[in-house]
Amino acid sequence: MKLRKTAAVAVAVLALTATACGGKEGPAGDAGKMKPEGKNAPKLPEYEVAKDVKLDSPVLKKAQKRGKIVIGAKADQPYLGFEDQSTKERSGFDIEIAKMVAADLGFSKDQIVWKTVDSGARETAVSKGDVDLMIGTYTINDERKKQVGFAGPYYHAGASLLVRKDEKSITGPDSVKGKKVCSIVGSTPLQTIKQPKYGAKVTELAKYSDCVQQLLQKQVDAVTTDDAILKGYAAQNPKNLKVVGEPFSDEPYGIGLQKDDKVLRDALSDALEAHQKNGDYKKAYEATLGLSGSDYVDPPALERY
Amino acid sequence: MNVLLDNLALFREGFIGTVELTAASALLAMVLGVTIAGCRVSPVPPLRIFGTAWVTLLRNTPLTLLFLVAFFVIPEILFPGINSFLLAVLACGFYTSSFVCEAVRSGVNTVPLGQAEAARSLGMTFLQSMRMIVLPQATRTVVPPLSSIFIALTKNTAVAGAFDNVDLFNIAKVLSNDGYDILMIFFWITLAYLVITFTISGLFRLLERRLEVAR
Amino acid sequence: MSANVLYDAPGPKARVRNRIYSVAGTLVLLALVGAVIARLASQGQFAPAMWDIFNYAGIRQNILDGLLATLEVFALASVFSLAFAVLLAVGRLSEHRVVSAAATGFIELFRSIPLLITIFALWVGIADKLWADVLHLPGSLAISPMWALIIGLTIYNGCVQAEVLRAGINSVPKGQSEAAYALGMRKTQVMATVLIPQAVRSMLPTIISQLVVTLKDTSLGYIILFPEMLQTARLIASNVQVEGAYPYVPVIIVIGSIYLALCLALSSLATWIEKRGRRTKTGIAVHAAAEPAEDPTVLEQ
Repeated sequence: MKLRKTAAVAVAVLALTATACGGKEGPAGDAGKMKPEGKNAPKLPEYEVAKDVKLDSPVLKKAQKRGKIVIGAKADQPYLGFEDQSTKERSGFDIEIAKMVAADLGFSKDQIVWKTVDSGARETAVSKGDVDLMIGTYTINDERKKQVGFAGPYYHAGASLLVRKDEKSITGPDSVKGKKVCSIVGSTPLQTIKQPKYGAKVTELAKYSDCVQQLLQKQVDAVTTDDAILKGYAAQNPKNLKVVGEPFSDEPYGIGLQKDDKVLRDALSDALEAHQKNGDYKKAYEATLGLSGSDYVDPPALERY
Repeated sequence: MNVLLDNLALFREGFIGTVELTAASALLAMVLGVTIAGCRVSPVPPLRIFGTAWVTLLRNTPLTLLFLVAFFVIPEILFPGINSFLLAVLACGFYTSSFVCEAVRSGVNTVPLGQAEAARSLGMTFLQSMRMIVLPQATRTVVPPLSSIFIALTKNTAVAGAFDNVDLFNIAKVLSNDGYDILMIFFWITLAYLVITFTISGLFRLLERRLEVAR
Repeated sequence: MSANVLYDAPGPKARVRNRIYSVAGTLVLLALVGAVIARLASQGQFAPAMWDIFNYAGIRQNILDGLLATLEVFALASVFSLAFAVLLAVGRLSEHRVVSAAATGFIELFRSIPLLITIFALWVGIADKLWADVLHLPGSLAISPMWALIIGLTIYNGCVQAEVLRAGINSVPKGQSEAAYALGMRKTQVMATVLIPQAVRSMLPTIISQLVVTLKDTSLGYIILFPEMLQTARLIASNVQVEGAYPYVPVIIVIGSIYLALCLALSSLATWIEKRGRRTKTGIAVHAAAEPAEDPTVLEQ
């Protein structure tokens, strides 16, 4: 008897999830309601796909054989690298950069296989070859250069602080002494804010979105990471969140790739340069990050090595 | 570069973290487990139902999910600002309590019928006979399974390392991120876990020997 | 000893007292549950809009994909771990001392390492390191997150299941294997046709209970970012915004129920087999469906 009951419950729950067909279409939650579809809304550029790209890069050759390029991206950062969970569509500035350079390598946007890679897993994913390219708020620094190569930088961000809208005591990095600040495991702003100069108590979680949730739940008092990321969250949820203070670090974003693949690295830099010159870069920026309230700034000078 | 010598302080921190998490969770699991086991054999039906529901629910939920509950639901229910160590102890302790409860209950079931009957005929109440007659005798049969439950708990605390706690898994992650050789990290971390689990089984063997009496 | 031996058949006074306790107990429990629900509701977690997200085809498809990924890993890991377990159990019972020592060492080692550590190490490439840098073999062994999870589960659960099988093999009366040898069967034949089938039969409930653990442990894929059910759930919770809040609580409740249903279905299968086995009389007791403890207590015997 008891067994049958349990089985019945099990079947009911499974049936509930199995009825995937026949639900409402479109994005769920707030995203469905607040699409800024005005005539003046900035449009995403279209990128011309290059043909017959020949480069002496093992990674690229493998990708060409496969007919697809695997790009690692973030999935939980609005306006940068975001994946809508009901439509499975990816959007954001990093995503546009990815489409841009993929086009120059000969891959249309339908030939991109996206893989969600979180911050803590980026070096592993790139060096192991799980992804061909990693484009996800990937700060270039010497520590990481030991394990992966970088093309870029294509954007310059700086660490900042995200707080609740009604927060008054935190106004910048100098007022976080003794406050709980959340960031992700091993991130640089976290190391900075931990120093006695700032003296924050830190919480380390796996994803920024987890930090944002903890902030909304008042488990922590602030979230720190790059301003571009934080502004995205604030823009997505203007009722409850805001960004405070001046940036207190340098975070040049680059495209991560296999460490010794100089040919591919140069090709990526060329692609970035070309799109910055023809205006695609600016258009892409204004249709993504620009919407979150960061004004357009000219891209930083490329660093070729 | 030598992983262990370069990062001795980190290893010590991780080791202590794991030990602390294990000890605190074990304590919570013991208290909860014995209480729930008491509920499950008590004369009050709602308590019995509660005990059964508790065990069924927690035993069939993945620990990782419990961690999500601890970090994203508990603060909503109680109050914000609970520290990560406490939340991790809650998750591990609640999870393990269901196993402790079942071990205690089957221990109670091995105490000979006559013992409880004799206690009753002396006029003892349920609580008295539990406390003075049944539980002390059940202890002996409960110790061996408890040993493996606590060893399992030690291993389970590794999940806490992924949730803002400094433990052996957490430092394995940090060191691997820093680019150290995973083979060596794995070796030392394994050794550390072996030290803890061997200590636990050693302690319990000692306890078993002390409790050993002719029956 | 059934519970009712612990206390007297209640007399009139005790009955009244028990009734009071019952009522009080029920009230306290209901109050607790009520308080939890009220607290969550006051934070807007039960607002219709929060739950409306599950009406979207995309979200459901997402959960379904996660569920299928979980089940796929579970199915592969179960099959591999059982096959591996037979190998290890036979190895441990082998008369060649080297084989038996190796199997014993392997089992004891991997049973005492947290599964999460094994999975993590596999994911960051320990196998590749061993292959190329230590053994100097050609090629490379890149392991995807999914296979890191499957291999990790296989190694750990293989070790535990091997011990369960060994206990089962040891519980087959000696006379049976002696009789089989007397008939002129070879060692492999005795193992394959006499001992293992009976061991599996008598240990089936315990084996299934351990499979419940395997199923639960697939959720460790969350930590190495394999998109199984929990990881999918977390992305839904953090990416779908409902009136300025994130539906963590609804998503956790829904995903939790699915896990609960799956595990309960599997556990009740174990109980059913155990009951069925008790009715048939073959001389070998069907082992009780051990609670899905991390280490089945059968090992201590």
